[in-house]
Amino acid sequence: MTVGLTHIIVLSTALFFIGMYGLFTRRNMITMLMSIELMLNSVNINFVAFNKYLYPDKMDGIFFSIFIIAIAAAEAAVAIAIIINLYRTHKSIDVDDVTDLKQ
Amino acid sequence: MKAVDIIFYFIAIFVLTTGVLAVTTRKIFRSAIWLLFCLMGVAALYFWMNANFIAAIQIAVYVGGIVVLIIFSIFLTQQSGNQMPKPNSLRIIIASIASLIGFGLLLQLYNKQVFQTTNKNFDIDIATLGKQLLSTDTNGYALPFEVISMLLLAAMVGCIVIAMKPKAQL
Repeated sequence: MTVGLTHIIVLSTALFFIGMYGLFTRRNMITMLMSIELMLNSVNINFVAFNKYLYPDKMDGIFFSIFIIAIAAAEAAVAIAIIINLYRTHKSIDVDDVTDLKQ
Repeated sequence: MKAVDIIFYFIAIFVLTTGVLAVTTRKIFRSAIWLLFCLMGVAALYFWMNANFIAAIQIAVYVGGIVVLIIFSIFLTQQSGNQMPKPNSLRIIIASIASLIGFGLLLQLYNKQVFQTTNKNFDIDIATLGKQLLSTDTNGYALPFEVISMLLLAAMVGCIVIAMKPKAQL
């Protein structure tokens, strides 16, 4: 059986749920950010795979991947700025320690 | 089985193993390094799919940018040699059940779905890609490009403002 579109989307689905597992179990903000990066990567794989196997004469999937990567970079930068600021005020980046807005 | 398929399975096993290790290891620095290998595996998958430009962007932005940023923030915020506390087992069980159920559900969907794939050659010319990215025609992506550039500027200013120390502490 030759490797086709289904193999690639099964791989990207597995990667997405690995990221989801990490997001549920980790309580450290940096590791949660890493899990989100894994999920965004699996989405990018899907876009490129559908572009390659369904519409090889167009490039829209490639463009969507480029924009997702740009947004992910901006998101990671802002998230890390917030994490560093949080560490300065709370001396911890564990999400269970940050309960200021909870009454 | 052809060599192309063997290479795909090799890449897939590499990506999934390093991904699982990145979310389960308890030393945070090792987790970042496993994430780096996982992202390199995804870049290899893009090379395998003939999407060379995306693979290059993946290596430049993710491996060269985001992972380095994450490693710097690990150095700034915690002792990287320490082990993180173990998540409680109830949470592990619930998270694995949720992930496995979601994965199984989507596998069911893929089993039923038949994709009309074509065998045409997928070869991206970077010159046409650049022209379409900046064209203002119906198929052009000039507007999203400008919006993304504004977003990056806003994110950069926002990062500086958020991470800046207040004046009183200086």
